[in-house]
Amino acid sequence: MAGEGEKKAVLEMVQADGADEGCVTFVLHDEDHTLGNSLRYMIMKNADVEFCGYTITHPSESKINFRIQTRGGIPAAEPLRRGLNELSDVCQHVLNTFQVSMCDCSVHNMCLT
Amino acid sequence: MAARMENVEEIRNRVILGEFGVTNVHTTDFPGNYPGYDDTWNVEKFQKNFRIDVVHLDENSMEFDMVGIDAAIANAFRRILLAEVPTMATEKVFIYSNTSIVQDEVLAHRLGLIPIKADPHLFEYRNTGKEEGSEIDTIQLQLKIKCSRNPRASKDSSDPRELYLNHMVYSKDIKWVPIGNQADVFADCCIGPVHDDILIAQLRPGQELDIVMHCVKGIGTKVAKVVNSRLDTCSREVLRHSDLKNVVKLGRVRDHFIFTVESTGILPPDVLVTEAIKVLVAKCQRFLNELDSTAME
Repeated sequence: MAGEGEKKAVLEMVQADGADEGCVTFVLHDEDHTLGNSLRYMIMKNADVEFCGYTITHPSESKINFRIQTRGGIPAAEPLRRGLNELSDVCQHVLNTFQVSMCDCSVHNMCLT
Repeated sequence: MAARMENVEEIRNRVILGEFGVTNVHTTDFPGNYPGYDDTWNVEKFQKNFRIDVVHLDENSMEFDMVGIDAAIANAFRRILLAEVPTMATEKVFIYSNTSIVQDEVLAHRLGLIPIKADPHLFEYRNTGKEEGSEIDTIQLQLKIKCSRNPRASKDSSDPRELYLNHMVYSKDIKWVPIGNQADVFADCCIGPVHDDILIAQLRPGQELDIVMHCVKGIGTKVAKVVNSRLDTCSREVLRHSDLKNVVKLGRVRDHFIFTVESTGILPPDVLVTEAIKVLVAKCQRFLNELDSTAME
């Protein structure tokens, strides 16, 4: 199952034959440690995930192999989707908190040193 | 190393600075690692513990603390701030005449490093493979300067500033040439280099430069000279005395980060941080859309 619908693939799934849907390696194109490590952290915080890791195949190619193994037969795309949603929510919350503290800063004027 | 009861809190929360090395670096609070602790991701707990304190802010640099977030995500913001916030920078340099002593490619390299004051939100990315730029994705700049002898210099002076006119080429000599409807759209904001006093080349009488530059929107990974900010996440220095080293144990709180953001002047630092966070959200969204589109099939 590959990410189709566009000329350049963005996300592919590679599955070993005979293995269940819970152990999948995703190939994410045009990504590096920036998304890889933060996504790995969010997915590892999920109790259903038995193993999560990523590797950069070669420094000249900008793609990462992202492996997820779940326990309980849950399909691996589900913790991936949940991890992406949670990471997106974390960023949104960081953004809101940052903007609030910027407003406080300009109102109180105390950090303009 | 087995975790004893009193050690557990320390291993979970602190990075230990020993005399010769740093230990306990990696995050270990994942579900299942510690019996008795529930480490599953909890949004409420994160939002309760997370805070941002702005310490210092001026127009070019800012310093703020981010507390309650993991190193992986803080590092992702740092990497994006350094390399992936979009800016406008010179990509193509058309050299019509260069009789100076600086080689063409060295001159082109120097021109590419000059930060250009233009809001990247108002421009589109240029499609790859499209050679001709249009008004929505390209800024055209021109540098045309000729050095000549100063007729009013005294006979026995040897100071180049007196002898020659236009012998130092600064970034203030770069002029914006509006294409298409840019003259109306950007009538009130001046587009040009951020700093006026960047020395580009030196000339002598008879040498001239006639150069046109095209600036496009890019990010650091593709256009390596488009670096928008310099960011340093460092923890504060902790002093150590040799007579106390056996008695004192130094540790740093694992989830407290101090960000120092310094901008090149194109965008103010708080806008840079906001943009960086939005870039990470956009990356997540891209893969979510991809997952959804393959799930539909």
